[in-house]
Amino acid sequence: MKKINNINQFYDLKKKIEGLKSNQYPIIAISSGTCGLARGSDKIIKTFLEELKNRKLDDKVELKITGCHGFCEAEPNIVIFPQEIFYQKLEPKDVKEVISETILGGRIIERLLYFDPHSNQKFTYKKEIPFYQKQKRLLLENNLFIDPNKIEDYIAVGGYTALSKVLTELSPEQVIEIIKKSGLRGRGGAGFPTGKKWEITKKAKIKEKYIICNADEGDPGAYMDRSLLEGNPHSVIEGMIIGAYAIGASKGYIYVRDEYPLAVKNVTRAIQQARDYGFLGKNILGSGFDFDIEIYKGAGAFVCGEETALIASIEGRRGVPRQRPPYPAQKGLFGKPTNINNVETWANVPMIINKGPEWYSKIGTNGSKGTKIFSLVGKINNTGLVEVPMGMTLREIIYEIGGGIPGGKEFKAVQTGGPSGGCIPKQLLDLPIDFESLTEAGSMMGSGGMIVMDENTCIVDVAKYFLDFLRYESCGKCLSCREGTQRMWEIVDRITKGEGKEEDLELLEELAIVVKDASMCGLGQTAPNPVLSTLRYFRHEYEAHIKEKKCPAGVCKDLIRYFILEEKCTGCLACLKVCPQEAISGELKKPHVIDQSKCIKCGACMEACRFDAIVIK
Amino acid sequence: MIKLIMNNLEVEAEEGWTILETAKFYGLEIPTLCYNEGLTPYGGCRLCLVEIGEGEKSKLVTSCTYPVEEGLIVRTDTKRVIQARRMMIELMLSVAPFSKTIQDLASKFGVTKARFKPRNEECILCGLCVRMCHEQMDAQAIGFVNRGKDLRITTPFDIRSERCRLCGGCIYICPACQLRCQGPGTETALCNACLTMEPTCLDYYDELQCWMYDAGRCGTCVREEPKK
Repeated sequence: MKKINNINQFYDLKKKIEGLKSNQYPIIAISSGTCGLARGSDKIIKTFLEELKNRKLDDKVELKITGCHGFCEAEPNIVIFPQEIFYQKLEPKDVKEVISETILGGRIIERLLYFDPHSNQKFTYKKEIPFYQKQKRLLLENNLFIDPNKIEDYIAVGGYTALSKVLTELSPEQVIEIIKKSGLRGRGGAGFPTGKKWEITKKAKIKEKYIICNADEGDPGAYMDRSLLEGNPHSVIEGMIIGAYAIGASKGYIYVRDEYPLAVKNVTRAIQQARDYGFLGKNILGSGFDFDIEIYKGAGAFVCGEETALIASIEGRRGVPRQRPPYPAQKGLFGKPTNINNVETWANVPMIINKGPEWYSKIGTNGSKGTKIFSLVGKINNTGLVEVPMGMTLREIIYEIGGGIPGGKEFKAVQTGGPSGGCIPKQLLDLPIDFESLTEAGSMMGSGGMIVMDENTCIVDVAKYFLDFLRYESCGKCLSCREGTQRMWEIVDRITKGEGKEEDLELLEELAIVVKDASMCGLGQTAPNPVLSTLRYFRHEYEAHIKEKKCPAGVCKDLIRYFILEEKCTGCLACLKVCPQEAISGELKKPHVIDQSKCIKCGACMEACRFDAIVIK
Repeated sequence: MIKLIMNNLEVEAEEGWTILETAKFYGLEIPTLCYNEGLTPYGGCRLCLVEIGEGEKSKLVTSCTYPVEEGLIVRTDTKRVIQARRMMIELMLSVAPFSKTIQDLASKFGVTKARFKPRNEECILCGLCVRMCHEQMDAQAIGFVNRGKDLRITTPFDIRSERCRLCGGCIYICPACQLRCQGPGTETALCNACLTMEPTCLDYYDELQCWMYDAGRCGTCVREEPKK
């Protein structure tokens, strides 16, 4: 690798790389982010490599090991270029067939195609699949073409052209003006205008400045940042270099949690490659601008996603937030002006520079521009990462992209924004998603988690889950947050056990409002959201737990009992055999009975029963 | 000088002052607990909350940590502030119901009952002892460990720290009083406050939980334990 010393050398390199790439078809892109690996993509890669070598195809077919393709439900999946044939849920034994049939024979293997239960149809090409069709994948699409270990792949899709444009044609002020004009808002949750944030940091009087990429993604069920860092680390790095140039920072940090080993590995390598090529370090592309990035691994405290806690953590202190002002833009890391942006925000920057702020600001709603990546998880058919323009309705995301609820069950609510967000009920399904509308509905954008719940989810249990998460993850500094989350959890826990009193709801609401008001940082201020939003939309469910001592969804163990319906029970002994407590008695071909005093409500009998004879009452 | 509005009065403060310092200078009383003039402000107890700003953008901040700004509008005793303070006292009271300091605060703010189950702990994690040890005694022998509900103050690895000179600074500054109050009549008692306090009822009788000097004084224990 030769260091690039000026802009012409960069364009020469780009031309060279593009020339090499154009005639290397076919390419098999295999999704191998953390989600793919968990479903066994490493074994498939190994088999592919062996098979290609055996058939002496290894220089004629390129196997591209990429980051997550977004469609996690269909992992491990491959996309075969140039036709973009999409095969899903591959197993090592399928590899031979893929090579002989599709790669060499040009025939499609029916059984590996994606079957859409919604339209009852099989789809051959990636672009036809409804999951992909409805999305606007500006950031995620590149994951398909890039091997995160190869900077050349990123350059081939237009990477680092934004940086070269910025360094040669634009002044720092012009860059900030472009970002401001684009309307880009922070993707970390609060949605502060990025351009404005940069400007404030730039205007700070102290000359030495820092920028930080916040990759401390801790929401349960959210993994967009991980996917970007794993699959396309250079887009984040390029965004950071541009930001540093605009702000006037000479040092950047990527604060990434150590629970993301693959992201740490890929980013570390990417930074090294960028340094080798001269995109990082002294005199970048011969422009005289110096900037370097260091990785800081977080130990996994949720609160370290809060910017002042994150700064404290990098400085080597306990990850505890502090009162703002002074804001990090005035007095941040090591007392110097610091600009912190989320991974996704940084990744948006090169695209805005390349395509212009006018193009970007046309996407989205009045207040929220561009696209947003959501991790669509929970009771949903197409689990995965979806990137949609702001302003798309929840219904479109859940039903058209997500493919609806599995098993034909009824949709109940969706939790957006993780533990800081709220539950949005069925009647608000047509809510267009942007920063303002979600806050109005009592939830928040957050980093982009979207947990879908069906009719079998108990809302009180959901509130309890998030409160349990928060009472452990609060830093513990503010009494309101530390004691408040603990006491709210105690009350909700009591309610789920059938020990709730009528005045509990009033106390819960009173406490929740004060915790929201009296806490210092974002964690405490949003911690009561799960409680407040569920009380707002599902109060009747709380009341059922308290007054009738019943869990309508049949989840809370202390309030449910399993019964065998005599008329449906065929006496097959299936439930009797699986019961770990030996609580079920009965003879062959005679209805069985559950001994309630022995039953621990594990639900094993219900799963084992093939006749729907076991019910929850 | 920085001009700001405090409870509808135009006041002046020196650059670098906090809202609390300014209020004190003008004789406005704001309750505090984790604040001490000789230590860096912490903002943990949330008692010194005041409301800043106006209309929809108004918010509560701790006056001990918030620096004064030109034109800032501060109100120290709005309904919102009092309500939050009372809830903070109620939360503290249910953690350490036997602390004289907290009971005094409760009676001052009319908090007559704690609706949360008392935990009978000694420490309310205000962090005064930690700051005392670090900043005034230059020992750094104690500190916070863990987070959230598991947060506690201890020495490294829970063993006696070599840096601790047994100066007693932490005990001296502890507002929860438990370490000082040894019950009436004992020679070490400084305040004898427990003579005047009304105990908070426990949910049911448990001999081990009764910390009263004459067990059973509150009368709760004669009641039967509720059936589960």
